[in-house]
Amino acid sequence: MAYVPLADQDDAHALHDPQTFVTKYIWSQDHKVIAIQYGGVAIFVGLIALGLSIIMRLQLGFPDTFSFIDPAFYYQAVTMHGMIMVIYLLTALFLGGFGNYLIPLMCGTRDMVFPFLNMLSFWFYLLSVLVLLASFFIPGGPTGAGWTLYAPQSISMGTPGYEGGILFMLISLGIFIVAFTMGGLNYVTTILQARTRGLTLMRLPLSIWGIFTATVLGLFAFPALLVSAIMLGFDLILGTSFFMPAMMELGEQSSYDGGSPILFQHLFWFFGHPEVYIVALPAFGLVSDVISTHARKNIFGYRMMVWAIIAIGGLSFMVWAHHMYVSGMNPYFGFFFATTTLIIAVPTALKVYNWVLTLWQGNIRLNTPMLFAIGFIFTFVHGGLTGLFLGNVIIDIPLADTYFVVAHFHMVMGVSPVLVLFAALYHWYPKVTGRMFNETLGKVHFWCTFLGTYAIYLPMHYLGFLGMPRRYFEMGSTDFVPASAQALNANITLAAIFVAIAQILFFVNVFWSLRNGERASGNPWGATTLEWQTPDTPPKHGNWGEELPSVYRWAYDYSVPGHKQDFIPQNEPGEEYEKTHHTAGGHS
Amino acid sequence: MSHSSTMDEAEHSQEGLNGLVKDWSTDKQTYHVPWGKAMMWIFLVSDTFIFSCFLVGYMTVRVSTTDPWPLATEVFALSFFGSDPIPLILIALMTFVLITSSGTMALAVNYGYRRDRKKTVLLMIATAALGATFVGMQAFEWSKLIGYGVRPWGNPWGAPQFGSVFYMVTGFHGLHVSAGVIYLLVVARKVWRGDYEKKGYEIVEITGLYWHFVDLVWVFIFAFFYLL
Repeated sequence: MAYVPLADQDDAHALHDPQTFVTKYIWSQDHKVIAIQYGGVAIFVGLIALGLSIIMRLQLGFPDTFSFIDPAFYYQAVTMHGMIMVIYLLTALFLGGFGNYLIPLMCGTRDMVFPFLNMLSFWFYLLSVLVLLASFFIPGGPTGAGWTLYAPQSISMGTPGYEGGILFMLISLGIFIVAFTMGGLNYVTTILQARTRGLTLMRLPLSIWGIFTATVLGLFAFPALLVSAIMLGFDLILGTSFFMPAMMELGEQSSYDGGSPILFQHLFWFFGHPEVYIVALPAFGLVSDVISTHARKNIFGYRMMVWAIIAIGGLSFMVWAHHMYVSGMNPYFGFFFATTTLIIAVPTALKVYNWVLTLWQGNIRLNTPMLFAIGFIFTFVHGGLTGLFLGNVIIDIPLADTYFVVAHFHMVMGVSPVLVLFAALYHWYPKVTGRMFNETLGKVHFWCTFLGTYAIYLPMHYLGFLGMPRRYFEMGSTDFVPASAQALNANITLAAIFVAIAQILFFVNVFWSLRNGERASGNPWGATTLEWQTPDTPPKHGNWGEELPSVYRWAYDYSVPGHKQDFIPQNEPGEEYEKTHHTAGGHS
Repeated sequence: MSHSSTMDEAEHSQEGLNGLVKDWSTDKQTYHVPWGKAMMWIFLVSDTFIFSCFLVGYMTVRVSTTDPWPLATEVFALSFFGSDPIPLILIALMTFVLITSSGTMALAVNYGYRRDRKKTVLLMIATAALGATFVGMQAFEWSKLIGYGVRPWGNPWGAPQFGSVFYMVTGFHGLHVSAGVIYLLVVARKVWRGDYEKKGYEIVEITGLYWHFVDLVWVFIFAFFYLL
């Protein structure tokens, strides 16, 4: 008999179900357990990042009030908040969490292609988180260099965490990249090589397309971060001068000589910009599926959505220097990067139009996941439009160091992906747990979060136009910022605290519903994709029972005329509707 | 033959981009290769980005530094039995050893597919031995440079980045070679035990992919660091 690996096994007899508690829930190689482990750790560090943001807001809203916030602590909070949110929460939760859970289920496989590697990926991720958190407990505390860790400042005396925090940060990033690579290779190979019968790439749900492209971006972008972390680490420990120019330190000539600080910025942003899309593309994918399902309509322009994801992925490697306009660069380079930045808005806008057109004349169910998904369209359009401002060099230069940028990137890659995370968490909660969540609590959670984020970030645009500088511990006597700005700042802080407290509703809902929620059927939303067609809910080890599913159609056969239900699951045999009737989502 | 190829082209042009997409997006598998091989290819592309970043970093600091860059022909020269120093002789030998190991690896892959376990194992061990020789020679070169006073933070001849880049890039590559040696030996042992009789011997080719990649990277390091 030919050897058949686990993910491809058609009959379930050869599966070795894990027996003990430890193999089932701790040293588990089951992608669903790993996904939950990833998700749990990511949400846990996310809460720490949330706490840190409240510390920042307390200082900004009410300066000279809280004696425990000194400038060093403030900068440490800024740095750790940014790094945790971007990498340890969003990247890990979208790819490690949703990627792990949905890829094998949506692709109709029994597991990832290399489950052991997948398990290692989680444990390395956990280790990276522990190293990161350990830096809070060492002398000098975590690094306060800002999440971009720009050299020379990040490893020079006077920066908080110079004594060791920065080293912990670099080591933690290195471990995270190893973890991501092990997981990412698995995701890509599973999607490319292990799909079930009939599931062509062009029948994949957009969630998978988003996760797939983001993972590819990660595999190509994280190397730049790894290299910059190694080189920065050597500058710090060995005294090499990769990024460190000759400079004065404490009135003396430092031992560094001839390095290039701009090189660090290039390497960092060669990673950093694709990273934005590593977070955004899975969000685009997940939200497409949530919108289509709850609007009971096929996604508008499926093929264009796929190509837009790929185009955004490709372009994201060509725009990195738009983060560096203020570092000084040749105007021709500035022109080039401004152009590519504006071009990337085209496929992005296409996606937004298609989401809206999917909603158009849909049979919209305004339940909690859908509310979050629609909220995402608002915040994403909002943050995307300010991105068009900032993509232009002459507009970016006066605004780059103000709260306008803070507002922009929080709208576009903070709030927007987080809203999608909530949409996706609520949407797939019944599948993961087998219980329904409390709808009312979910809706209250949505309105508090959605309106709250606008209360936080809308005024920040205005503060930015006033010229209020970002990164500052306190404003001091800045004449051009009127005193009324402080009132606005205090209000933002109150809104931030309100939103933070509102998140308790989410956790109450999740934990309460785990025991007391109504039992969920296998397919409570009437969705077409494969993960809703599993024989058990939550799916058991091996996912598919006796036989792997076969796929006969694309993922978006909703409200097909003449069909008894308003959805046709992908594994239901019969004529493929999309191919025979060119509807709104059709193509020639 | 030319006739049939025009036929193919005509068919493709009829189908156009959609045809290409269809071919690519068949069900189950996009590439008709084992999973491990697909994964190794993707990993190697990712690793290419790592080495590219290292080399771009090297080029940038070489331009940004204001001190003169030491001459590779003088630094990497070796004299035998009191002869005049021969430039780059050690590196030439190292490169020769590593390229030879690619040859033995390719043979091992071939014998693997022929299911000739004994020859496969011997050739893999030969490859690993050549790799270990390479690392040994690199260690010798490191010790020589350390003897001259080359440190990551400075050296007697000029730009401090010379030593930094040298130790970092050759060290990172040396780690890859060392890992490859261990990988080869582990796989060779399993081949010897007959672990792959059922699964097939793609694993030897996968190991080979990694090994050839490490060789290829060395060619670039050799060209950019020693020759330029």
